Amino acid sequence: MIGLEQYLTVAAALFVIGIFGLFLNRKNVIILLMSIELMLLSVNINFVAFSHFLNDLVGQVFTLFVLTVAAAEAAIGLAILVCFFRNRGTIDVEDVNVMKG
Amino acid sequence: MTAAAFAFYAFALTTLVGGLFTVLSRNPVHSVLWLILAFLSSAGLFVMLGAEFVAMLLMIVYVGAVAVLFLFVVMMLDIDFAELKAEMAKYMPLALLIGIIILMQLFMAFGVWNFSDGAAERVAAPQGDVQNAVALGQLVYDKYLMLFQLAGLILLVAMIGAIVLTMRHRSDIKRQSPIAQMMRDPAKAMELKDVKPGQGL
Repeated sequence: MIGLEQYLTVAAALFVIGIFGLFLNRKNVIILLMSIELMLLSVNINFVAFSHFLNDLVGQVFTLFVLTVAAAEAAIGLAILVCFFRNRGTIDVEDVNVMKG
Repeated sequence: MTAAAFAFYAFALTTLVGGLFTVLSRNPVHSVLWLILAFLSSAGLFVMLGAEFVAMLLMIVYVGAVAVLFLFVVMMLDIDFAELKAEMAKYMPLALLIGIIILMQLFMAFGVWNFSDGAAERVAAPQGDVQNAVALGQLVYDKYLMLFQLAGLILLVAMIGAIVLTMRHRSDIKRQSPIAQMMRDPAKAMELKDVKPGQGL
């Protein structure tokens, strides 16, 4: 029978894939944003799994808000990316050094 | 193996494969398509958990909006992705090492984890016997109305921010001027001439 552990395993594996992607695609901001989306998705799987197995709907409400924030973050991130590409002609993370940070 | 277990393993496997190829794929367009696969199959997982509303929301918001936004940006920008991918092999050992470490940490945490005593009594909002969407609506529009409005505000701010960041006024193209159009006088726009036959103007 499929229990909470199986869902948590899937979510943990997906989260680690997201972190793996962050380190693997150090230069490509688009794939970095996609990795962040994967990590947020794994968090959502955790929330919904706990919500189901505890019979508590608040987990699904929280998933709703995580989804909202993820969508807003993707929109802003891609807008910044388009803006940066217009000015510099590249999306390499190592070229993001205008502020000399 | 029951049908539910088979469906779970199929959805879980496709989610993980989709996620893995999202980060490994050489072509970013393929990455976005794998991402869509991961989202769709995790929506299947949500349906299996009885969270139909969140599953449909995941399809509409992620597949319909976010993934298409990614696709749009990948196709709009003229980027040399081969150059960006060239150093991928260099980062592979570090990425694998960190990934395995975090995976082991997560499994160590989940291995000893258990529900606390009396967790079932402290449930804030039990599902009841109404449908999932109905129960969520009763919760979101009543108990969490403030948070719901704030989520809408976040989306509004994100929308305005994205428009402000990407909009630019190009001076080298001809633009529509509403003021000039409204101030236009029909009487001065056209002059009627009565052309006499045989005389001309």
